[in-house]
Amino acid sequence: MADHAHAPRPLGGNLLTPFTLLLGVLAAIAAAILLYRFINGLGAVTNLNDGYPWGIWIAYDVVVGSAFACGGYAMALLVYIFNKGQYHPLVRPALLASLFGYTLAGVSVIFDLGRWWNFWHIFWPGYAQVNSVMFEVAVCVSAYIVVMWIEFSPAFLEKWGMKDVKQKLNKLLFFFIALGVLLPSMHQSSLGSLLVIFGRQIHPLWQSGVLLPVIYLMTAILLGFAVVVFEATLSSAGFGRPLETKVLTPLSKIMYWLLAAYVVVRVLDLVFRGALGTAFAATWQAFWFWVETAAFVVPLALLSTEQARRSAAKLFTGAVLLMLGGMLLRINGFLVGYMTGDGWHYFPSFAELMVTVGIIAFEILAYIYIVRNYPVLPAAQPATR
Amino acid sequence: MDRRKFFKASLAGGAALATGAASCPAQARDNKSLPPEALGLLFDSTLCVGCKACVAACKEANGMPPEFSTQDQYWDTPLDISGKTLNVIKAYKHGTLEKKDGEENGFAFIKKSCMHCVDPSCVSACPVQAMKKDPKTGIVSYDKDACIGCRYCVAACPFGVPRFTYDSPTPRISKCQLCVHRHKDGKYAACAEVCPTGATLYGTVADINKEIARRKALKPGEKTQFPRGRLGGPDQSYPGVAAKYLDHTYGEKEFGGTQMLLLSGVSFQKLGYPDLPPRSDAALSETLQHTLYGGLIAPIAVLGALTFVAKRNVKPEDEEGGHHG
Repeated sequence: MADHAHAPRPLGGNLLTPFTLLLGVLAAIAAAILLYRFINGLGAVTNLNDGYPWGIWIAYDVVVGSAFACGGYAMALLVYIFNKGQYHPLVRPALLASLFGYTLAGVSVIFDLGRWWNFWHIFWPGYAQVNSVMFEVAVCVSAYIVVMWIEFSPAFLEKWGMKDVKQKLNKLLFFFIALGVLLPSMHQSSLGSLLVIFGRQIHPLWQSGVLLPVIYLMTAILLGFAVVVFEATLSSAGFGRPLETKVLTPLSKIMYWLLAAYVVVRVLDLVFRGALGTAFAATWQAFWFWVETAAFVVPLALLSTEQARRSAAKLFTGAVLLMLGGMLLRINGFLVGYMTGDGWHYFPSFAELMVTVGIIAFEILAYIYIVRNYPVLPAAQPATR
Repeated sequence: MDRRKFFKASLAGGAALATGAASCPAQARDNKSLPPEALGLLFDSTLCVGCKACVAACKEANGMPPEFSTQDQYWDTPLDISGKTLNVIKAYKHGTLEKKDGEENGFAFIKKSCMHCVDPSCVSACPVQAMKKDPKTGIVSYDKDACIGCRYCVAACPFGVPRFTYDSPTPRISKCQLCVHRHKDGKYAACAEVCPTGATLYGTVADINKEIARRKALKPGEKTQFPRGRLGGPDQSYPGVAAKYLDHTYGEKEFGGTQMLLLSGVSFQKLGYPDLPPRSDAALSETLQHTLYGGLIAPIAVLGALTFVAKRNVKPEDEEGGHHG
């Protein structure tokens, strides 16, 4: 690998474009809605109720959002733990997306907390309740956000010319990288464990009990790989850079086998719990189960050959479908399959949706700002053009 | 080279995970057991006449605002428990409504309020100890000053009991706390205190269980005395006639047991009570968490293995991208 040609560099270029302007407007709308929410309460902007106390701000912004932000975790696992050095150029951009995804997932929890001014109680001895799955998730996600900023800080230190600090940090980086692999393994599995205590309130198609952490962890890593493929494709198109098929093709092979293993675990779990029959009932739950299943199984067929994995179009399609599948697994588990009895309904309000859209817009905006100004993306090699 | 390192890394990780898993059987936990001086309620649906004195008394004792479900907002008419209502009486109706406590062509009344579970999901779910179960009385209470408003308790409770005030910028959870704030004045649950027929009785779970056994031993139609207010308190009993009870006492086994126990002539599922397994969800959830994270043994072991592997694979170079696969 030509080291210097591949070293990350700021992309430069104009920040103000019609696209970034649109993102800015969407983020501003979300901010206005949130201001209204903090003055008037959750009920003023959301459709939440006692039958559905959690809506998309939890199910999407936090549970799906953090899983979409697993690119950095999946790549660190691959590069630093399994020593697959050839994927190194993908680490920094993936880590950056993870940094924003997680930071915003963490911050957006505050929007949903009714008594948000007490949020620090989770970390405070005397309040903290260690039997709670939510305690584990909150502490672990917060710790990971800090670890990621430390992992990513070389990019800032480079830009700011703080060579000494960077060198010192570099010597300790291996420890933060190890932590950065451990922590997501813990909380991504725990996001699944959150559902254990809901018991029979979760439809059998998603109430996997003690296997929930396994299912959520496997799909989090899977989503991490899919998001890396997705982002690499988009940023190569968006910033006019060559697509790194040389790394993406072997990466998708790893993703493929993990996907195969996941599908086996998911199906066996349904069979052994005797839940598979409910997938053939005429219910919304069964319908969404099949959409979710298709989103996992189609890529299994689509990316089965080495040749298919060389096609940028098929890679992108497969990655998008996997992201859809991982998202549906979570939305289905937390909302579609959540049944608290007759008479309760939930569908997000327009304002709730706009906040979620605004958060995503802000995330993309921040990503564009950082890669244009800081050394994140590997410099393009003219030879591969 | 690559393959060997991959193998080693897998082995180290696997060993660490196995260490964590091996510590699991010692930490698996069963349902919690009933506290020594557990307090609770007995609700006998066959005695309830649907007067809703308990609903009004509960509102007054807990300083809760009225709630309206009719167009003319004359008086408190809650249809269910909510952020403003901790206790309601609901009606079961079928067909011609001829027979009280009859499933077919009959009607019955049922109380809905906190069950004060022996092993409550809300207490296990709460990340900040805002939901607590008293170690002596077993009363499940709520502390708004600790609460962060995450509503995990609302989502977790299989009875749908904790409710939330979504319309407030400073919201809180609402749930029955068995009028624990009145205990210091020698008073007890307002719902039981005012119940004219003794359908709702307050007392220790031990006394409640004795009373349940006594009622179930009666023949339908047999004359007997029904206590009112508080079991073990001053005698306020009155003569009545035993109804036909189901064998099933709701709350005896459900979910590891509850401190509100229910008797009825109509099946509990028809009365809106969920069919629950004998094992509490909290037991499974906590067993899982403690297996994975108990004493932080597994995480530390895995971190050690990861650090060892990362130390070898991360090269402290200034120039990135210096790795050769």
